[in-house]
Amino acid sequence: MLIAQGSATLNWRTLLTTVGSVAVLLVLWFVVADLLDDRSFPPPAKVGAALLTEYRSGDLLFNLGMTLMRVIAAFFVAMFIGSAIGILLGMSPTVNRFADPWLILLLNIPALVIIVLAYIWFGLNESAAVGAVALNKIPNVIVTLREGARALNPEFTEMARVYRFSTWKKLRHVVLPQLQPFFAAATRSGIALIWKIVLIVELLGRSNGVGFQIHIYFQLFDVATILAYTLSFVAVMLVIEYAILQPLERRTSRWRPARA
Amino acid sequence: MLDVNIEGRKFTAADGATLHAVGQLKFKLAAASFTCIVGPSGCGKTTTLRMILGLDQEFAGHVQLSGKGTVAAVFQEPRLLPWRTVEQNVRLALPAEQAQANLDDLFTELGLSDMRNFFPAELSLGLARRAALARAFALQPQLLVLDEPFVSLDDITAERLRRLLMKLWHARPTTALMVTHNLHEAALLADRIIVFSDRPAIIIESIDIEQPQAERHAKDIDAVVLRLRGVIQQNPEE
Repeated sequence: MLIAQGSATLNWRTLLTTVGSVAVLLVLWFVVADLLDDRSFPPPAKVGAALLTEYRSGDLLFNLGMTLMRVIAAFFVAMFIGSAIGILLGMSPTVNRFADPWLILLLNIPALVIIVLAYIWFGLNESAAVGAVALNKIPNVIVTLREGARALNPEFTEMARVYRFSTWKKLRHVVLPQLQPFFAAATRSGIALIWKIVLIVELLGRSNGVGFQIHIYFQLFDVATILAYTLSFVAVMLVIEYAILQPLERRTSRWRPARA
Repeated sequence: MLDVNIEGRKFTAADGATLHAVGQLKFKLAAASFTCIVGPSGCGKTTTLRMILGLDQEFAGHVQLSGKGTVAAVFQEPRLLPWRTVEQNVRLALPAEQAQANLDDLFTELGLSDMRNFFPAELSLGLARRAALARAFALQPQLLVLDEPFVSLDDITAERLRRLLMKLWHARPTTALMVTHNLHEAALLADRIIVFSDRPAIIIESIDIEQPQAERHAKDIDAVVLRLRGVIQQNPEE
């Protein structure tokens, strides 16, 4: 009976499973579209053609770029403000008790309401759009980082105190590394949530971006182009995941003992 | 010189019950002396060290250290930052003006020369404890506090580390205060042994050992251990 296997073979197997999974999805899509034979459910080839048209006209890259910029801006604003507040709340029970009702309120206001109010109060501009998206994400970041700050290991805090670490040294070498998994969690859930909200913001009050394009092609009932935009932005997010997030996470967790 | 003047320390449980952990403790440690505190498990030894280190300030009294007051501690656990290498851990404990100090000799003495760029998780417990010693001695502190630094090591490793600590302390004299429940360890290292009672901890005996560490033979150490056993037997648990 085989009870252990080298990782080299295993890696091939995982890769094959992923490729197989994508292939099955494509075949399924093709078969269902072929059976339905309806404009509202185009086959993969039609979506590919729409993608090519949009790419050649330059619209695809321009709108993907605009959306990506808004996603990045909203992400950094939300992470920065949310982390600062979250760490503060995790460290001070008094401030936390005071801020908790506000946080629950903010967590439960629907994204749509925040967006509409932001546009009404601050006008149909870029700052209002990015701000509204960030505001939707901030409560989640706060809650995640608050848990992280509560879980800080007092043994390291004591060590830092005995050895008289300065505030900056303590933050950089003792506190932030312990929060790394919480930053990673907030980033993962954050980017996925943010890009979905950015589309709504674009649909309601911007004149470009993937959300705006989807709005136009919805009115034209052009499902192929809608899917072309959606899939290409998902592809952009995949590139961010595999080219930026995962290597970054591997780098920051080098110190962890190796495990399967 | 370290001047300890603690009136007592009580803990209060959630239901209001109080626990008298430490009684009145008054002692002075001369500069570059090595003192061991021995006593039964749970008698308040660690609480006493935490008060001296300023980690526990809920007590009446004061603790004074003359001079610049640099303090280093070796805890029961190595307490190395897992995300920093051995060398980074040692350098982080140094003030900015010493951060670039040459640590080659210290690492060599501790047998850590090849380990400088490893992360703590890649080290055995014995090596991690060596790194914790390196961190403490690199600072060249005026007061070195050690809380059972060799607990849960096998006998051979613990004995090697005791000899190593002795060597390091001779080369870099500092006022050392070590808590241990190992009588042999105290008899080997200390020039003064303070025996604590059961909770609340008070000093029941203070033994000075004139003979220098390096000249102590097995029979001298055994004699001190026997004497300590005698003191402990005269003070049975209430």
